[in-house]
Amino acid sequence: MIVKWAVGVLEELGRFVLYWGGTVRGLVRRPFRYWLIIEQIEHMGVKSVPIIALSSMAIGMIFALQMIALLRPFQAEVITGMAVAVSMARELAPVITTLMLIAKNGSAMSAEIGTMNVTEQIDAMETMSVDPVHYLAVPRIIAAVIVFPVLTLLANVIGVVGSYIIGVYVMNVESAAYLDQMFTGLTPIDVISGLIKAAVMGYIVALICTYMGFKAEGGAQGVGNTSTTAVVTSSVAILIADYVMASLMMGWYF
Amino acid sequence: MVLLSAIITVSDVHKAFGSLVVLNGIHVTFEEGKVTTVIGQSGTGKSVLFKTMIGIMKPDHGEIWYRDTSVTRLSDIELIELRRSFGYAFQGAALFDSMTVGENIAFPLREVLGIRDRNEQRRRVSEMLEWIGLPGIEGKFPAELSGGMRKRVGVARSLVTKPDVLLFDEPTTGLDPVLGETINDLVVRVNKELGLTCILITHDIQASFRISDKIAFLHEGRIAEEGPPKEVAESNHPMVKKFIENSFSLLEV
Repeated sequence: MIVKWAVGVLEELGRFVLYWGGTVRGLVRRPFRYWLIIEQIEHMGVKSVPIIALSSMAIGMIFALQMIALLRPFQAEVITGMAVAVSMARELAPVITTLMLIAKNGSAMSAEIGTMNVTEQIDAMETMSVDPVHYLAVPRIIAAVIVFPVLTLLANVIGVVGSYIIGVYVMNVESAAYLDQMFTGLTPIDVISGLIKAAVMGYIVALICTYMGFKAEGGAQGVGNTSTTAVVTSSVAILIADYVMASLMMGWYF
Repeated sequence: MVLLSAIITVSDVHKAFGSLVVLNGIHVTFEEGKVTTVIGQSGTGKSVLFKTMIGIMKPDHGEIWYRDTSVTRLSDIELIELRRSFGYAFQGAALFDSMTVGENIAFPLREVLGIRDRNEQRRRVSEMLEWIGLPGIEGKFPAELSGGMRKRVGVARSLVTKPDVLLFDEPTTGLDPVLGETINDLVVRVNKELGLTCILITHDIQASFRISDKIAFLHEGRIAEEGPPKEVAESNHPMVKKFIENSFSLLEV
């Protein structure tokens, strides 16, 4: 029983590694279909701006509210701006952005490719000598590596603005002190490390979600199941990847 | 042995998926410029046979020849070249549903033939749609088309690169008899007017007897009977007889 399970896991891992190899080859192989990358950036990035703005604004506001409540008894509420900005830059913005993009785009990626798979559209590509991984997966992976950090940067800015609104206008923290602490505490390395994390997470999400799409079988239910698996697997994978990256980057901050 | 008139020769091909044997030593030849139909019950490996013929699936054993080239010995790059000689009309048309009809037909022009000029693409797409009797639908999406129209657009997409062989996977399945007849007429036109070798897999036995030059009956992973329709109709093979009798008695009812 355990041996059978282990063999199954190894087989799946092997298939995933082969798929990964195919995408790596696809990154350097011609033709370079730049218009598909632009299309994906528009679909994945531009159309995700409202949801990322909304969620990062909410996170920034809630975080500021909680921090001020916690720090006020010690008369240290002015460091809220710094706490929010640094936390957003290093961790919250990349993770929240990625989770929102998994929900919006990861599931869509998996469902789109999955539907193409069960309706023989992928087979049709193969019969025309077009490599489906090169045509469908590679542009999505490149777009994700570009879009995730850009939206993370946006989430950083909007989250900090949200915390400023709550801190200064609702909780009456002194504006100059709030901003001074924020700009003293926040360093470029905080922002850069967050953007690197976002790019890696974008790569992982696109890789897993497109892979799941190619695995879909058995009609609408099959497509639904693989989309769910894609969302769950990529969410867990990015949290693990975040921990590993956070550990590796810890030395950068001191 | 490769026949001189054969464009494709399938020789002793075996293919199994785990313990399920699908093709079990199949021998069949497809002659150039003719219409050949492969008939058989569901699950007898007809689609697998097509996919091995164009190198999408590798047979476990045996050899497939396209003219004097062994398909089974080609590298992936060589297979890409080989597939340019084939068109494949899928059962469900397999049109890309995120693209318009025009974009669907232009897809192989751009990706297979490397034609980047939009005007040239438009001209060829419009010519092709005219030929299949559906002019002016370039801007429609597949979801806006009827089943018969989708199949015809699928055929147009397969033909636009001017292949030598067109493979039809269950071309009339899911269509009413009138639409089915339209598709059968299209097969005949593709063969007579464009001179393409047409290979069909179908359950539509009456139509296959009418339009085919040769019929091959697939049973238990092998060709149980093959020859001109008249010869196959007089076959003594019990499964072939049963299949034909059932189909024609249904027609009489």
